[in-house]
Amino acid sequence: MISAILILTTMGLILGAALGYAAKLFHVEGDPLVDEVTQLMPGTQCGQCGFAGCTPAAEAIVSGSASVTCCPPGGKQLAETLSEKLNVSIDLDAMSDEVLYAHIDAGQCTGCTRCFKVCPTDAIVGANKQIHVVMSDACTGCKACEKACPENCIAMQPALETLDTWHWPKPMSA
Amino acid sequence: MLFSPFRGGVHPDGFKELTSQKPILQAPIPEQLFIPLRQHAGNDALPIVSAGEKVLKGQLLARGGSGLSAPVHAPTSGHIREIKPVTAAHPSGMECNAIILIADGDDSPIERAPFMEDPFGMPPEVLSKKIADAGIVGMGGASFPAAVKIVAASKHRIETILINGGECEPYLTADDLLMRERAEKIVLGARLIRYTASARKISIAIEDNKKEAISAMQEACKSFDYISVVVVPSRYPMGSAKQMIQAVTGQEVPAGGRSSDVGVLMHNVATAYAIAECLTEHRPLISRIVTISGGAVACPQNVEALIGTPVGELIQCCGGTTEEPSRLLLGGPMMGQIISTDHVPLIKGVAGVLALKSKEIPSPSASPCIRCGRCVSACPMGLVPLEMANHSRQQDFEGAIDYGLSDCILCGSCAYVCPSHIPLVHYFQYAKDKISEQKSSQRHMDYVRGLSESKRIRLEKEASEKAAAKAAKASKRREKKTPLKVVED
Repeated sequence: MISAILILTTMGLILGAALGYAAKLFHVEGDPLVDEVTQLMPGTQCGQCGFAGCTPAAEAIVSGSASVTCCPPGGKQLAETLSEKLNVSIDLDAMSDEVLYAHIDAGQCTGCTRCFKVCPTDAIVGANKQIHVVMSDACTGCKACEKACPENCIAMQPALETLDTWHWPKPMSA
Repeated sequence: MLFSPFRGGVHPDGFKELTSQKPILQAPIPEQLFIPLRQHAGNDALPIVSAGEKVLKGQLLARGGSGLSAPVHAPTSGHIREIKPVTAAHPSGMECNAIILIADGDDSPIERAPFMEDPFGMPPEVLSKKIADAGIVGMGGASFPAAVKIVAASKHRIETILINGGECEPYLTADDLLMRERAEKIVLGARLIRYTASARKISIAIEDNKKEAISAMQEACKSFDYISVVVVPSRYPMGSAKQMIQAVTGQEVPAGGRSSDVGVLMHNVATAYAIAECLTEHRPLISRIVTISGGAVACPQNVEALIGTPVGELIQCCGGTTEEPSRLLLGGPMMGQIISTDHVPLIKGVAGVLALKSKEIPSPSASPCIRCGRCVSACPMGLVPLEMANHSRQQDFEGAIDYGLSDCILCGSCAYVCPSHIPLVHYFQYAKDKISEQKSSQRHMDYVRGLSESKRIRLEKEASEKAAAKAAKASKRREKKTPLKVVED
């Protein structure tokens, strides 16, 4: 019996050490580029890109299996930063400048609270049986609320142009 | 002056004689005033009056909003009709909210505190608060709240208060006439700014084409040894802060820096005048002197008009137009804003309204750049406009910044001399806006990332608290059960 215990203990020690060494030797570094790209993503895990969240999307973008333009909340700005970082060329003009934000039709909202529970950025304020409102400066346009709304009263709309958001257009000629 | 006060610059035709030899005309009180809630750099003022309410001249209509802002006051007595959007004095031609006041013609003022005998006996903080409450903004065009500028500057060591009487834009003579007719009050205002910002001396800079203004100002300040009138050569853009500081003090404001970095606080003569009126007579900023000029105006003249008067009515009180103007401008022809309708109301920062004939407008058709380099020699900031425009056209904004876009003051000297009529300034405005759009979308991204991160942390915390509460409940139940057993035993 003692010999059996000794054999098993020795085997355990040797195999443990071997496994530990192998783990060190064959350690796979997490791609630092993926971490960097993840940092650039909105981090709302909205899933509009078709991936489970921002980190899987970042992995796919780095590996080249997803386009840098796949993130709607990030929009043109993110696509531009990513294309510079990853050195891929994209056609920015093909991307629409328009950013969509959620808008709640106050006439139909029943105050069910479902939309603000799913909002990844807490951009919707409201309470039970009170009309909810979207704070557009916190909205990423991820559409999570649109899907959650049982009344279909959330629509994605472009932001209203104001004196603050108006920009000089590009000159026509020369 | 033999030596050039600053590099570059241009000499556009002045057309100042159209208005410079006529006295300031008092514009009649219009039937309706449209008082925009945004007449300043920063956020909209917040109205504190409602429709139907009676108001007196000088009464506060809207208090300053959050952050950078300025209040607005009733220019005359009457009642509020409504608050609704009107065409803004803005290149987009979009609308902004305005308070519409129906004047009753009595012009009865709100009760003001008595004439302030000695504002120099008050602490500077009280004076700067009064300037802020009077809604005074930079009246040379930038419309930056004056009190904010003074308070920010007084944190630095300010050597010189520079009073800007340059008025280098063609056509405009409002500051010229103000200096000629009301020199004493400008000097008083300048002394009050000096006191509030605890500066040492005052320089009043005037271009050498305004002989009468120079002698009037010299006369007004001769009893103060710390005030000097500096005559600077007439060259556009002399009235721009960086150029004027260089011309007067010889120092150059560093790239990306402010006037206070070289110990200078600059205010326009009209702002100094408004500050004097506010601190001695408790008068908020409700009127200003504005040049109504241009080839299409029958009788061009400077008028003192209430803020909120539609510019069409101002042109009417100068005899109306002799022909349909080809272009309406707010401000001067070099940096002014084109407006599409004369329903735009007069706001605090507008020094001129121009109705120009087609002859006075340059040909709009642009041809390719011939790389003659005239824009480079004209640029008062020492930049390379042709390269900045090239990079902006190709949407390479980084490249445009490398050639100095951030230091561009949008003065228009380059576009003025361009033989190909390339809309250079338009390119720079486009590029500057694009860059600020990118910055703000980056800020938005950082903001929402923070929000989603804090939501995740909150949810995790809630979940762990729930679990802890559940565990606590369970252990309580167990505790309750155990003593029972003891009793049974």
